[in-house]
Amino acid sequence: MNAIFRFLGAAAALCAAGLCQAQTTLTVAAFPSVDKIVKSAIPAWKKLHPDVDIKVVAREFADHHNAMITSLATGTGLPDVMAVELGFLGRFAEARTLDDLNQPPYLAAQYHKRFVAFTIGQATNQAGELAALPTDIGPGTLFYRDDILKKAGLAEADLTRSWESYVEAGKKIKAATGAYLLANATDIQRIVIRTGLKEGEGVFFDKNNKVLVESPRFVRSFEMARAVREAKLDAKIGAWSNEWSEGFKRGTVATQMMGAWLGGHLQNWLAPGTRGLWRAANLPAGSYGSWGGTFYAIPKKGANKALAWEFIKFMTLNKDNQLAGFKAEDAFPALIEAQNDAFYDEPVPFFGGQKVRLLWRDAVPRIPALDVAKHDAVAEEVISTELDKVLDQNKDIATALADARALIERRSRR
Amino acid sequence: MTSLPHSHAAGALRLPTTQRRWGRPWQTWQAWKWAPYVFISPFFILFLVFGLFPLLFSMWLSFQSGSISAGLASLEFVGWENYAFALGDEWLWKSLYNTLWLGLVSGAPQHLVAIPLAAFIHTGFTRWRNLVLGAYFLPYITSTVAIALIFTTLLSTDFGVINQGLQQLARIPVLGAWLPQEPLNWMGRAETIKPAVAMVVFWRYVGFNTVLYLAAMQTIPKDLYEAATMDGATPLQQFRHITLPLLRPMMVMGVTLSVIGGLQLFEEPFILTGGRGGTNQSAMTTAMYMFRTAFEFNEWGTASAISWLLFLCIALLTWLTGRAFARGGMES
Repeated sequence: MNAIFRFLGAAAALCAAGLCQAQTTLTVAAFPSVDKIVKSAIPAWKKLHPDVDIKVVAREFADHHNAMITSLATGTGLPDVMAVELGFLGRFAEARTLDDLNQPPYLAAQYHKRFVAFTIGQATNQAGELAALPTDIGPGTLFYRDDILKKAGLAEADLTRSWESYVEAGKKIKAATGAYLLANATDIQRIVIRTGLKEGEGVFFDKNNKVLVESPRFVRSFEMARAVREAKLDAKIGAWSNEWSEGFKRGTVATQMMGAWLGGHLQNWLAPGTRGLWRAANLPAGSYGSWGGTFYAIPKKGANKALAWEFIKFMTLNKDNQLAGFKAEDAFPALIEAQNDAFYDEPVPFFGGQKVRLLWRDAVPRIPALDVAKHDAVAEEVISTELDKVLDQNKDIATALADARALIERRSRR
Repeated sequence: MTSLPHSHAAGALRLPTTQRRWGRPWQTWQAWKWAPYVFISPFFILFLVFGLFPLLFSMWLSFQSGSISAGLASLEFVGWENYAFALGDEWLWKSLYNTLWLGLVSGAPQHLVAIPLAAFIHTGFTRWRNLVLGAYFLPYITSTVAIALIFTTLLSTDFGVINQGLQQLARIPVLGAWLPQEPLNWMGRAETIKPAVAMVVFWRYVGFNTVLYLAAMQTIPKDLYEAATMDGATPLQQFRHITLPLLRPMMVMGVTLSVIGGLQLFEEPFILTGGRGGTNQSAMTTAMYMFRTAFEFNEWGTASAISWLLFLCIALLTWLTGRAFARGGMES
């Protein structure tokens, strides 16, 4: 009996001395490959905050965002820190269920200048609240097969001078090598509508929610897509399909316009056998754009907000963590000072020794900020369907755009 | 003090006086009255949570409007507006047309092929019957996603086996003239997406219907066929006048299942078209449109309204199917 009491007393004393310190757990919800970036940053985090564990709840891309939608709807099961991709950020930010990071105690306004300019705009909703901080971006670039280009007797400038020269180059490539210029004519349409925007315009809607789909850039985008399709320059395959990756492996697709992160995919699994044959260039006709981007947010009904904010600052404002994400998972840093490093000057073997990272870094400041609207997804679908009719059934472009405007107006009234 | 319940207990079981020491709670807990409810409760609990609640929540949601990510409390009641919007939505009508087209073109061959096939297996095979039947049934039990992924590869324009096979066949002198000379862009052109999806659905379900009809055929008494043979009936006449009429109950069930399944078609078109519905939304079924309205366009109220409109369609068509068969039975 006495021995038991003595033992219990000793245990209590040890606990009091701090060996049984209360461990806080911070829950971070993420998707591939953001989850890998978070997990690899945990050792560094533990050095700063030894008493805070990080629990990473990783789900596939679609599942993660659906889980976040239901958690935000019901207010339960929310993580402390939420990773959000650009495509979903608009609706989460407009829903106003994420904390405004400009307000106290976060006061993120002091950090705005440290991030690439257009990302702050993407994370700000119509009420002016900053719903999330950016962690990585996808600077748009044109990947092309140098060997195919040379066989057709062309140079990079022929591809990038203007959209017309891009299409002409495509015809020469088809004649000389039989390879398609690009995977799908819809790709060119999607890029052209994102260039030449006036101040205060979004892609489909302007500041007053007026539908912009009959403007010249839309007409031109449809005309370019039709020109590509009529010259049989596109392989008519969807991105991320088996045929698409097969097209890269066999060299039947000569160019692809996408975010810089596609380089990592090409190297790892899409076409590892084509090492050294690819090059990267800026998008044709002096266009600049970005594909995707990841952000971190704090839900209004989340817990551990102070620690969550520390974690977000740790991942987004820390140069070493941003660079680590870039080196390991091709996550191009959104933090400007993380773009100053010897790593960018290295020649990249997959691109035949080209210093692609410098190219992308120089493109980043020129990417325009695009306003995100609530009904962008619907407008995207309407335009995509009308484009299908124009390409597949020869529908007149002006009629197609007028129908698109009517349909978008009807749907966006809700 | 109220009377103790044990005086009303079933005669054989009486509480011993010693247990009265524990008081009333022991005596009111009569296991023989509560046990049945406890045993059937798992089903009811699961049904309530996963069956009834989502139904009622979906009904409630169909009268609301707003962004669900802003919280359930932020939704506002809009009455029939979601239904009115859905009924005036050209995409909904397009998806209903697609669904009916796919349902008919994949459903009719399923039954038209399954019945003769079942008859052939029934009369033709004895030792190998189960093996042959199993081979036809295999697509039904294979994962839909796996099938759709494989067919995506097979239907590839430049690299797919189906196109290469057609190219080889097109070289045959007379028959080849009927076949397309260029590789068909199955999943790219609006005209070919629907037949491609219908083909995959047909291939998947024909075995299931064959099993159903074979099972029904095995219940038909053999002496009917013997009597018919003695009267001089050919196998074809026996099939028309004995087998078919007696298969009617199974036909009713099979067609009803096909109608319901066809109207709810989602997985095959979804995987084959990568979730977008294909060129000009040619393969977008109503279930897929409902899914996209909720998860892509973030309009949950409208999606719920669409799901209930689809339910009305299914109910209507099922009732019509029943009436069509019943009327046919009375005529004959």
